Amino acid sequence: MGLDIKLPIGAMFTIFGILLTVFGLSTGDNEMYEASLNININLWSGISMLIFGIAMLFAAYKTRKKDS
Amino acid sequence: MNSFNLTWIDYSIILIYFSFVLGIGWALKKYMKNASAFLEAGRSLPAWVTGLAFISANLGALEVIGMAASGAKYGLATVHFYWIGAIPAMIFLAIFMMPFYYGSKARSVPEYLKLRFDEKTRGFNAFSFAVMTIFASGISMYALALLMETLLGWNFHMSLLISASIVLVYTYLGGLSSAIYNEVLQFFLIVIGFLPLVIIGMMKVGGWEGMVDKLEMNVMSQGFQHSWKTISPEHPMGSWMGIFFGLGFVLAFGYWCTNFLVVQRAMAAGSMSAARKTPLIGALPKMFLPFLVILPGMIAIALLNSGDEAFTLPLKGTGYDYDLVIPMLLKRFLPTGVLGLGLTALMASFMSGMAGNVTAFNTVWTYDIYQSYIVPGKSDKHYLRVGQITTIVGVAVSILTAYVAKQFNNVMDFLQLIFAFINAPLFAAFLMGMFNKRTTGHGAFFGLLSGTSCAALVHGFTQPAGATSLVKGGWTGTVLHTFPSEMAQNFWIAIVAFSIALIATIIISLLTKRRKTDEELVGLVYSLTPKVVDDSKYWYQKPVVWAIGVGAITIILSIIYW
Repeated sequence: MGLDIKLPIGAMFTIFGILLTVFGLSTGDNEMYEASLNININLWSGISMLIFGIAMLFAAYKTRKKDS
Repeated sequence: MNSFNLTWIDYSIILIYFSFVLGIGWALKKYMKNASAFLEAGRSLPAWVTGLAFISANLGALEVIGMAASGAKYGLATVHFYWIGAIPAMIFLAIFMMPFYYGSKARSVPEYLKLRFDEKTRGFNAFSFAVMTIFASGISMYALALLMETLLGWNFHMSLLISASIVLVYTYLGGLSSAIYNEVLQFFLIVIGFLPLVIIGMMKVGGWEGMVDKLEMNVMSQGFQHSWKTISPEHPMGSWMGIFFGLGFVLAFGYWCTNFLVVQRAMAAGSMSAARKTPLIGALPKMFLPFLVILPGMIAIALLNSGDEAFTLPLKGTGYDYDLVIPMLLKRFLPTGVLGLGLTALMASFMSGMAGNVTAFNTVWTYDIYQSYIVPGKSDKHYLRVGQITTIVGVAVSILTAYVAKQFNNVMDFLQLIFAFINAPLFAAFLMGMFNKRTTGHGAFFGLLSGTSCAALVHGFTQPAGATSLVKGGWTGTVLHTFPSEMAQNFWIAIVAFSIALIATIIISLLTKRRKTDEELVGLVYSLTPKVVDDSKYWYQKPVVWAIGVGAITIILSIIYW
């Protein structure tokens, strides 16, 4: 089936990653982080998802290069 | 209960997820040229994709919500549903059964039964499976809509309609491939979405040691950190015998090795080697899933024991409403942003459960019921069209069953019970069919019937402790034995049903004449099929090597968390 699923997975998590990283940075010292033990969990989740997303996109790029 | 406070960022995450799910369906539309592409994913997918879909299809509503609830009720002993109740069965499927499913060119599990036995065995399996999947899909929808109503204050009917439409659109457009690809996406989303919750929860209770200390504070949760050490005939999970044979052997093998919902994922793989590796690749994340779904339940109890003011668990009847463990933890620990991510993960788990059932129903209905009994001998185009229409009808009937579930809670319990009676003997029929050429169609069919009726009888004469309704057992009016819990009762019913089915199949097979010749059974029975030669290039790609590795890690985990 012609679709490489790594591409949409990579794209979605890259978007989520950017969204949460930016949101985490802009809410750095917000009181809402009291619930999450004063950890800026948005920033950390955002960075992790960004890394995962880009890795998936890179893997998809490698597959495409190999196939063509 | 006051609901969640979501902001624009949470809604954006939910909407982005929905658009990706629909986009995948849309991208696959152009490949849906024949019935095989739509209903079997063209048998072309790589092993890692089918492997992740294999466990993701099972990682539905009941899994995530139910396992967290069970973790809160019984502690780490819940891992038996994974380490003993799934991994050995997945290894057996990969090494011993997959060569017959994949090699026989059967398009579904009922079709294998037709090739190996006869028409009536296939019909029995096809019809019971079709009804079961459509109800399972309806229960998923109902549970999701109910959760959205309680947590977010969304309208029940709207939530039901929206989730059903999204599943309908992506399965209608891309068929089985769309469901499988989305299951892979959902798998990553579920893991990444719940991870922050588990990490922060564990930090709050003071890591593993801290959690154990807090669990020991209450008599009810003492020993929750052990998987095997606390097992005794009085334990709610039942005795060693019940867990090993009832759960680990009969129920687990009956589910993972014969349920078309999961087997279909492996059959969609691109080669024999990929099909055999599918359950093994799935087993790898599967054995670590308890840390994602059971641990939250234990964290919740630790928080309650230590009197965390910000965490509450609503009451239901005389105890806690354990089904709300995950939602209430999300509320306790996650700020807006990751909260949206966690909720999206929860929705994804419900949707993957729904879509998995719809696509499995589709294939069985189109091939095993419509093409076999209603309108045989038409063109491939015709069956592709029927498959697509079945998707719409399947989702519509699921919506109806969701409302049935809303109206009559006991109807659901009752149906699940009947299916439990059917599933345990089914594995006996497969075992005898695949590994003994003398087993006949009559033997398998009447073996199934006697196993199922004996299961119903045992259920009629026994009861779990504190049973209040006849759906739980004892419907004959005479109770001969009381089990410590419903689970223990289920394990023993499964053992009896399986043994009776096995004995009946052997006796009736010996008394009836073989209809199938040795030539007809090539590729269907172990002793008549040439051994599969694995074409993997390197030793570490071989299914047997994977199986040994997966088994070894499971044993090590069991010892660490003894």
